[in-house]
Amino acid sequence: MPMNDHIVRSFDEDLDSLKAKIAQMGGLVEAQCESAVRAVHRRDQALAQKVRDADSRIDALEAEIEAMSLRLLALRQPLGGDLRTVVASLKIVSDLERIGDYAANIGKRAIVLSGLPEIPPANGIVRIGGLVKSLIKDVLDAYADDDLELAVAAWHRDEDIDELYTSLFRELLTYMMEDPRNITASTHLLFIAKNLERMGDHATNIAETVHFQIKGKKMEADRPKGDDASYVVEMPE
Amino acid sequence: MSKTSGSSASGTTPKMKGDKVKVFYGEKQALQDVDLEIKPNEVTALIGPSGCGKSTFLRCLNRMNDVIDICRVEGKITLDNEDIYSSDLDPVQLRARVGMVFQKPNPFPKSIYDNIAYGPRIHGTASSKAEIDEIVETSLTKAGLWEEVKDRLMEPGTGLSGGQQQRLCIARAIAVNPEVILMDEPCSALDPIATAKIEELIDELRENFTIVIVTHSMQQAARVSQRTAFFHLGELVEVGDTEQIFTNPTDSRTQGYITGRFG
Repeated sequence: MPMNDHIVRSFDEDLDSLKAKIAQMGGLVEAQCESAVRAVHRRDQALAQKVRDADSRIDALEAEIEAMSLRLLALRQPLGGDLRTVVASLKIVSDLERIGDYAANIGKRAIVLSGLPEIPPANGIVRIGGLVKSLIKDVLDAYADDDLELAVAAWHRDEDIDELYTSLFRELLTYMMEDPRNITASTHLLFIAKNLERMGDHATNIAETVHFQIKGKKMEADRPKGDDASYVVEMPE
Repeated sequence: MSKTSGSSASGTTPKMKGDKVKVFYGEKQALQDVDLEIKPNEVTALIGPSGCGKSTFLRCLNRMNDVIDICRVEGKITLDNEDIYSSDLDPVQLRARVGMVFQKPNPFPKSIYDNIAYGPRIHGTASSKAEIDEIVETSLTKAGLWEEVKDRLMEPGTGLSGGQQQRLCIARAIAVNPEVILMDEPCSALDPIATAKIEELIDELRENFTIVIVTHSMQQAARVSQRTAFFHLGELVEVGDTEQIFTNPTDSRTQGYITGRFG
C-alpha cells in the first residue's frame, strides 16, 4: 500500500515496531520448524530438546505482540488499512504460535523416535518439512513486504504439502502392516507428518490474512484441499 | 475518482437528493458537482477536513446558505422529489420540514417550555395550551430530557448544562415535527457523557426522522451513522456504507484521511 506517513509520527513507530516483532517471531518459528525436522532426521536428542525449550520464547512473543496490538487499538483507534494491519497482526501471531506448538511437539516425538529402530519413511518427513518451511518463509516475506502475489502463490502451494502428506500416510500404513514392530515409530512419524501438514494450513491462514490486510477482503476461491488421508483405507490382505 | 454510490444500491427512494450541486461564495467555488442521496430513516455522516465543503453542503439542504449574500447554489436538491430551490417553495416552511441543530447549543433566552413551544406557535401547528403542553412533553421525552426538566419547565433554557442545552435544541427542532434533521457538529462542545447521550438519542431519532450529521470525529461518524460521505476540497470523494468506509475505503484520499495520514 503506497501510503504517506501519519501526521502523528509515533503512530508509525508503533506500527513499525509491531511489524518488526512479528518478523522476529516469524523468524523464530521458521527456525523451530527447520530444527524440529532436522532433529527427527538426524535422531538428534539435544537439538530436539532445544526445540522444546525454545517454544516458551514464541509464547512470550505472542503475548507481547497481543499486548502491543491491544494498546494500538485502545490508544490509536486505527481505521481503514491501519485497522486491518492490527487485526491481521493478532491473527498472524496466533497462527505462528500454533505452528510453534507443532514444532515443539515434533521435538518431543523426535526424542522418542531416536530411541526406536530407524525406519525409511523418515526421509519423507524431511521432504514435507522442506516444503512447509519454505511456505512459512514465503508467507512471512509476503507479510513483511506487503507482497500480494507472493502470498497468493504460497497459498496455492499448500496443496503439494497435503498431497505429500497423503502419500506418506499410505507409506507408513504399509510399514505398519509389514511388521508390527514398526508401529510405534510409524505412529510417531505419522503424527509428525500430520503436525507438518497442520503447520502448512496455518501458513496458508497467514497468506489469507496478508491478502485481507492488503485488499480489505477475503480470498475468493476456497482453500485448496489436497489432503485425502482421511479417505485412504488400506485393507489387510 | 471512485464513487461507490451516486445511486442507491438498495433501491429505497432517497429522502433528499443532491444532483450536481455547486456552491460559490463570490468567485470561490466551495462545492463541485456533488451528487449525494440521503436515505430515509438513516443517519448519513458527512466527514472531511476543515474547509472541505461538508458544512456548506449540509446548509444547502435547508437553504441556510440563502442568508449569505454572496453565496450562490447551482444544481438541484430535492426533498421527496420536490425541488427545494423552486421559487414557489417557502424557505420557512422548508426549514420546518428540515430542521437544524448547531455546533454550539443555542437555546432562546426563554424558559425551557417556551423554547419548545416557540416553533409550533409561529408555524401555527398548535394553538391551545393543551396541545402545546403535549408537544412540549413529547418533544422533551423524545430528546431524552423530560425526566431531567419536567419539574422546572419555567426556568430559563440557558440555565441547563451544555449537554442538556443541546438536547433542548434537539427537542426544539423536533417540536415542529420535521422530516429531516441536520446536525452540524452537535457534540463538539460537549463532554464525553453528554456526547454519548446525544449519540444514543440520534440512534433513537432515526426511527422517525432522517438525519444528516457533520462531524469532525471519525469515531462518532462510525458510531452513529449508517452511511458516510467523505468530502475533500469541495468534492464528494467517496460515499458508502459506514462500515465499508472505515474498514475498507475505496479511494486513497479517504484512506489517507481516516487513518490520519493526510498530507
